[in-house]
Amino acid sequence: MEKRELICIGCPLGCPVTVTIEEGQVVKVEGNTCKRGDDYARKEVTNPTRIVTSTVTVEGGKDVTVSVKTQSDVPKGKIFECVKALKGIVVKAPVHIGDVIVANAADTGVDIVATSNVDEK
Amino acid sequence: MKAYDIVIIGGGPAGLAAAVSAKEKGVDSILILERDKELGGILNQCIHNGFGLHTFKEELTGPEYAARFIKQVLDLGIEYKLHTMVMDISHDKVVTAMNREEGMFTIQAKTVILAMGCRERSRGALNIPGYRPAGIYSAGTAQRLVNREGFMPGREVVILGSGDIGLIMARRMTFEGAKVKVVAELMPYSGGLKRNIVQCLDDYGIPLKLSHTVVEIRGKERLTGITIAEVDSKGKPIPGTEEDYDCDTLLLSVGLIPENELSRGAGVEMSPITSGPLVNESLETNIEGVFACGNVLHVHDLVDFVSEEAGAAGRNAAAFVMGERRTSQGREIKLNPIEGVRYTVPSVIHPDQMDDKLTVRFRVGNVYKNCYISVYFDDERISRRKRPVVAPGEMEEIKLEREKLLSYPDLKTITVKIEEA
Repeated sequence: MEKRELICIGCPLGCPVTVTIEEGQVVKVEGNTCKRGDDYARKEVTNPTRIVTSTVTVEGGKDVTVSVKTQSDVPKGKIFECVKALKGIVVKAPVHIGDVIVANAADTGVDIVATSNVDEK
Repeated sequence: MKAYDIVIIGGGPAGLAAAVSAKEKGVDSILILERDKELGGILNQCIHNGFGLHTFKEELTGPEYAARFIKQVLDLGIEYKLHTMVMDISHDKVVTAMNREEGMFTIQAKTVILAMGCRERSRGALNIPGYRPAGIYSAGTAQRLVNREGFMPGREVVILGSGDIGLIMARRMTFEGAKVKVVAELMPYSGGLKRNIVQCLDDYGIPLKLSHTVVEIRGKERLTGITIAEVDSKGKPIPGTEEDYDCDTLLLSVGLIPENELSRGAGVEMSPITSGPLVNESLETNIEGVFACGNVLHVHDLVDFVSEEAGAAGRNAAAFVMGERRTSQGREIKLNPIEGVRYTVPSVIHPDQMDDKLTVRFRVGNVYKNCYISVYFDDERISRRKRPVVAPGEMEEIKLEREKLLSYPDLKTITVKIEEA
């Protein structure tokens, strides 16, 4: 049996929530004061996901960097692999919002795309 | 001298939204003055997601959110000047500005919309004893260096203050290979949004120490370390609680201050609480035809609310230009923030000029649990809303209806306060 302490991010209240897990299954959620806390806690301990944002270097552009994000959320455990997939990447200007910078980042099935426009110098 | 109906000072989220709504209401003669090399303001360096949930019903990054408004400004053919610094706004709305191409020039405006935003508080730095080595940055400066200039300020980081930019930078620096050792917050509560504490600190095991501050800075040329200590209820360090951290970088995230030198120069009356202009229901200052919106008015948490507020300022400025607003203002109702409510925006309402529904925004001075946000029309309580928790880090709002106000013809004061449950 494993107990995990979370802070719910469903609203500003920020309830301290304790989740009890047995053999990979959530058996109890305590401390939440509403249904949203229960939902958040279950997802957070079974399959927490995040959108990853960063920047990569641009050559020949009006800016030296372009901001990027994972097109959708990726498993939390893959965050650093996604960040690593961006290491050393240099793109040539022009870059447009939505351009794919890394396809299928870290085998998540999710592309990393540009989130800003960089015109040529 | 050139003349425009509406001159907007600042091309960030507030200026852009104000321009779009003024144009859509039917004013063509609009000019945005922006001192940076591009429109979009601070959003361009806020590369994280979480913007636009209210405005666009999707979660965007800062640059994407800015790009949507910039596209509207371009599509609507609204004029703007970049690299242009406004030096002065006179009481009769002559705007003096300068740039490399035109030198110094003046513009006669019918209305001015103040949308200059805010800057970071640096006070925290000045109160820390010790040397002044390299390696101490405001969190927003570090954000610009990492995200826009492609530089890393350092490798071993301590953050003082738990404002949202500091929290966001804790995660950002971690992604770029830095070790963020601790975030120290003077107050017993965080100044940032809860979700940022979870997603930027907890996710990466970065400790947040509440009621702690930096008491010593070490290093002569470059920062080599700092000492933090716990503080008592008066903010005084408690001897014996000191902890040393080796670090080459200290980020300060200790609050934002509206940037109002131009407003003061024009003779705009200011609120000592928000450090922004005092405005009426139309977001108009004491100078007729001078409006304010966004972080120059009061510091917001969410850009979505900046856009909403700026849209109202743009519409009201357009109405002024088109002669739809009465110039002699009628009955005036004062807003009275007390008992936990620090201020309200607006601070005064003319019911004959207000929209059917008016959002009044405010912040509370402390963390209150299981409380009511109560609204009184003079001595009569007309609404109270239960809140499980309110905190200084999250802006609150109430809505007022014009019809309701008109049904109280003798109403002098609307009081907003926090009441215990």
